[in-house]
Amino acid sequence: MNRTLCFRRLRALCHKETLQIIRDPSSNIIAFVLPVLLLFIFGYGINLDSSAVRIGVVLEDTSPEARHLTDNLYGSPYLAVTTGLTRSAMEEALIAGQVSGFIVIPVDYGATLKRASKPAELLVVTDGSAPNTASFVQNYLRGAWNEGLIQRTDEQGKPAMPNITFESRFWFNASAESRNYLIPGSITIIMTVIGTLLTSLVVAREWERGTMEALLASPVTRTELLLSKLLPYYVLGIISLFLCVAIAVFILNIPFRGSLLVLWGIGSLFLASCLGMGLLLSTSLRNQFNAAQAALNAAFLPALMLSGFVYEIRSMPAAVQAFTYLVPARYFVTAMQTIFQAGNVWPVLLNSSLFLLMSSVFFIGMTALKTRRGLE
Amino acid sequence: MDNAIVCLESVQKSFKGSSKPALTGFSAAILPGCVTGLVGPDGAGKTTLIRLMAGLLAPTAGSIRIQGLDPIANASTLRDAIGYMPQKFGLYEDLTVLENLQLHADLRGLLGQQRSDTFKRLLDFTDLARFTSRFAGKLSGGMKQKLGLACALLGQPRLLLLDEPGVGVDPISRRELWKMVNSLADQGIAVIWSTAYLDEAELCQHVLLMNEGQLLFYGRPAELTCRLQDRAFQIRNISVNRRKVLAMALCRPDVMDGVIQGRNVRLLLRPHATPPNPSEFNAGANAELVPVAPRFEDAFIEALGGGPGGYSELAQRLQPIIGENDTVVEAVGLTKLFGDFAATDHVNFAVKRGEIFGLLGPNGAGKSTTFRMLCGLLKPTSGTARVLGIDLKTNASEARQQLGYMAQKFSLYGNLTVKQNLMFFSGIYGLKGSQQQDMVKSMTEVFNFQALLGRKPDTLPLGFKQRLALACAIMHGPAILFLDEPTSGVDPVTRREFWTHINGMVEKGVTVIVTTHFMDEAEYCDRIALVFRGKIIAAGTPDQLKAQVASTANPDPTMEDAFITLVQSQSDLDVAKQNQSTPAPSKQAPANKETP
Amino acid sequence: MLHRIITLVLKELQTLLQDPQSRTILILPVILQLALFPSAATLEVTNNTLAVFNEDNGQQSLELIQRFSQTQAFSEVRMLYHETDIRDAIDNQQALLVIRFPVDFSRQLAAGRGAKIQALLDGRRSNSGQIAFGYVQQIIQNYSEERGNAGVLTMPSRLIFRHWFNPNLDYVRHIVPSLVAIITTISTLIVTSLSVAREHEQGTFDQLLVSPLTPNMIMVGKTLPAMLVAICQATIILLAGIFIYHIPFAGSFWLLYASMVFYILALAGFGLLISSICLTQQQSFLGVFSFVMPTILLSGFVAPIENMPVWLQYLDWFNPLTHFIVIVKGVFLKNIGLALLLQNLWPLMAIAVVTLGASAWLFNRQLD
Repeated sequence: MNRTLCFRRLRALCHKETLQIIRDPSSNIIAFVLPVLLLFIFGYGINLDSSAVRIGVVLEDTSPEARHLTDNLYGSPYLAVTTGLTRSAMEEALIAGQVSGFIVIPVDYGATLKRASKPAELLVVTDGSAPNTASFVQNYLRGAWNEGLIQRTDEQGKPAMPNITFESRFWFNASAESRNYLIPGSITIIMTVIGTLLTSLVVAREWERGTMEALLASPVTRTELLLSKLLPYYVLGIISLFLCVAIAVFILNIPFRGSLLVLWGIGSLFLASCLGMGLLLSTSLRNQFNAAQAALNAAFLPALMLSGFVYEIRSMPAAVQAFTYLVPARYFVTAMQTIFQAGNVWPVLLNSSLFLLMSSVFFIGMTALKTRRGLE
Repeated sequence: MDNAIVCLESVQKSFKGSSKPALTGFSAAILPGCVTGLVGPDGAGKTTLIRLMAGLLAPTAGSIRIQGLDPIANASTLRDAIGYMPQKFGLYEDLTVLENLQLHADLRGLLGQQRSDTFKRLLDFTDLARFTSRFAGKLSGGMKQKLGLACALLGQPRLLLLDEPGVGVDPISRRELWKMVNSLADQGIAVIWSTAYLDEAELCQHVLLMNEGQLLFYGRPAELTCRLQDRAFQIRNISVNRRKVLAMALCRPDVMDGVIQGRNVRLLLRPHATPPNPSEFNAGANAELVPVAPRFEDAFIEALGGGPGGYSELAQRLQPIIGENDTVVEAVGLTKLFGDFAATDHVNFAVKRGEIFGLLGPNGAGKSTTFRMLCGLLKPTSGTARVLGIDLKTNASEARQQLGYMAQKFSLYGNLTVKQNLMFFSGIYGLKGSQQQDMVKSMTEVFNFQALLGRKPDTLPLGFKQRLALACAIMHGPAILFLDEPTSGVDPVTRREFWTHINGMVEKGVTVIVTTHFMDEAEYCDRIALVFRGKIIAAGTPDQLKAQVASTANPDPTMEDAFITLVQSQSDLDVAKQNQSTPAPSKQAPANKETP
Repeated sequence: MLHRIITLVLKELQTLLQDPQSRTILILPVILQLALFPSAATLEVTNNTLAVFNEDNGQQSLELIQRFSQTQAFSEVRMLYHETDIRDAIDNQQALLVIRFPVDFSRQLAAGRGAKIQALLDGRRSNSGQIAFGYVQQIIQNYSEERGNAGVLTMPSRLIFRHWFNPNLDYVRHIVPSLVAIITTISTLIVTSLSVAREHEQGTFDQLLVSPLTPNMIMVGKTLPAMLVAICQATIILLAGIFIYHIPFAGSFWLLYASMVFYILALAGFGLLISSICLTQQQSFLGVFSFVMPTILLSGFVAPIENMPVWLQYLDWFNPLTHFIVIVKGVFLKNIGLALLLQNLWPLMAIAVVTLGASAWLFNRQLD
């Protein structure tokens, strides 16, 4: 008469959980306000494309050649150039962070070019304290300089050197906007935080308020208890996932090339593993405060650092790389970036799904083991 | 006892990490159709026993049989036969009354016609029908209690387990709850009611008296009390300070226990002691010793080896408070509005130095609001509260140095050790150096904290927490002591020790303001103000209040009778007034605004 | 009065450090982040896969492929043999970028004419792609210069790069100083805001309010312990940066610690503000989280502030972490002087005055 799963009891528990969600402002904040807030921060605040790197030019030489080079720099859409006359002034600007780098056109630049006995040397100083920007300064200056060389060749009718030129093209993301992959990635981070935070509180709350004792004394089974904690929060999580996707597509104008059905499928697997992790923490710690802190440390940090969302996994030390295989967010980041930008690329998506399935089975299974039908 | 519903056979239960078992060799049989009290001081093992019967814990040794079945192995069968109400009621506070009931009905498979019938019956029974759409969190303590009971009753259990249902409930709600439980017992259900309140134990058909995991007594309460025949007395017509009389009496070898009852002092003599001559108590020329009926509480105290004595070493070590016999605490037109609702409505009173002043009232009557305004924790909407002539809200620091405050839930730092708590509270009141060290040492000796200095209060039994809270509140030698329900949930022996200290301090000139809904605690007060719906509806000495309700039917009312009668007559009066002053259409306006 | 404040501070430190669970919460993230961030949080590209579709097979292209495979950036060079493979290599993320040499590449170069290389990048990882592409460009430039020096043709000019403060553009030098700032942020907020909420929940706050302590003393009693804890954590990270990650400390410790005090004051102000609005630990936890996330993400640590929309850059002026990261990096790496420091310090002071003032006001009226 008391089967492991009775739909009437499950429905009653889910109904209760739903009412609590609707009435608890903090679940609503976690599920709806926080994701929107975070998505906008990620959407507007995190942008790795230095659309215009601020650089300085120290113009010690006033020859036409020097002018020519400066014009080239001014012409580059990637550079915001300020000109200065002395090196020391520019050095100060660099230290103060007003420019990210500067190029020195030496006094004898024009003369050396004319003489053509040895190459004229152009010193570029960058602010290494911001390495990403410094490498962009390096790349953009080299590009502009290269461009200059080619133009020089054309004007004088003979090639200065046999130049190897590039034609580079981005697939999926033609204008190489970092937000096009950062935002799908950031949805992963947001869903990780929300999924774990939501459930990390719910079991601990029942223990703290003493309602768990009453439930345990009723005919409720372990399966019903577990499912009643998963299903309502799954629905909440999925709504919040699609809310994020809608904002990304309609407000932040991120192209979406995959299918919603696939997104729903993989999103569900990912959500299951996040909710499972939160439940596991909540069930084992039985204290809302500690569970929430642990959830943040166990979910947010690895998702931000080790998912390949901003930081390339392949560049990490081998030990750290090995660890990333255990982070569910890693697979969802790949899947989200692919679904958004590349569409349904099955090898990638199936691989991700498999790992996500394994991690959800692991977390939910562990929670089931931890859920005891007693007080000890 | 062949018809027993629960059979406990040498049940033992130990918890990991604690050396002493929570229960040792516990055997008993519980009968259907009556209320069995589970009585004992804090930490006696009452909750453990109830959880064992509910199948939430497994016994370490021995066996438990409920209707012949094991509560864990046959859990699925038994769950329908057992109704369980845990200490915190197990209600979802963010669900309404009806939703809580529906959830439990669904979980227990109560459906269709049977369900609606049961709902109707239970809502009528608990008088909650008017509140079905109210959130459980918004109910008063008594109503929560009833709802918890209703949820536990949904499966039509044969055995009802109630864990301390009387805690935090005022006498009126408690009486209603008893009425319900008794009618359930009449229907043949076995009810187990755990409590540390002995007036409740007296109402049970059977009691299991337990202490430190052992069964001290099992039987009818009267069996235990009748052993004490001719040992309980009251000293009446005392013309001198009754606190001094009590302190002296308790120091006598032939007195086992004693309490103050209004003007009088009640004593329990040791076995075979001859009743002393009233003149031996220095209670004045007219004092007389009158035999009274023994109570279950007397039996309890005896079973636990007697009361704590009348000598307060704490008081001895305190500096006497010197001052005029003037008014030290004063409330004038004190009012606090929360929106439209007046939690405290034009309250006036004055407390003199060296007095014990009690604020009494049912749950939610406004005691705490008034109290918090007095100690400067809440700002009055209008009116003033003065302590030592100073408005605490405006001039803080120096006046507060004169206060000691002990909150409802002992607000100690649970994660600091006992010693660190003592050092902290003495430190923030400006004690330092050797003075501070001496005071902490002195408190350690008075309250026997030596072995506990390194422990955290969270891990200590309630009685010790309460002692520590008292120590923390008085180290700086306050002239006025504010106590907010200081002994809620504490067993009678500890409560007596507490009052011995309070009485001792009052003799040193300390003024005490206390809120309580313990009637025997109210008896200790010099004066009482009875608060109901934000107003003081009666004030005076305990005996004056009792006299106010004395009638031919009840010539010698107890404090509880006085409380209930006064509150109910006021309530009836309010209803009558409301009917007069609100003509049918203007239902919108809140009643308390219209009544002048 | 001093004695009372010392008593408060002592109590707070005992609460924080005595309980193993809360000790873990203070120490574990520091260790975890110190171990994880510097090695994981890098935008450098190493050990990646480059795919090459070589239609040319001449000497020059083989030489270049040889050179590609010798860089740190690419541990694997995968050869593709069909045009259709290019699509799979990128789609399935087998390679970060594909280089395609056209049929006549070597022939054109040998003839002294310019030649063109096609590069295809994975747009899902465009930042890494661009950086990796930068390495490829560097290799080709070096190759061209060598060919020039070998007498084939002269290069008219050349670029010499000097990366100040960080010659190898090592990300560790960016991460560790930022970490000093970030860790202090989290602990200050948690210690101030959550400890006040906990006292509200446990009822000990009332106990403090009825004592002779004034609200201002209570605030000081909450701020000082947070400062002590944060400064200790910051010191651990500084020392680890200097001795484990071998980052030279260029500036003055005094300036750094002095600015840290103001930073922590500014944050404590925020923490106390959050705690005076929130009543439960859960609420203040959410409050702290909602405050910390934007603070860190918009501080310039993850992505440069210049890349943000202008309105957001103005808004970021109110972010104390933005200023403090500039200060820590400035003092740590660049040895900036007092004048430059003040440019970023005065906003911190202003924020501290405003937030502490506001929370003092709220604390004082909390009794209503």
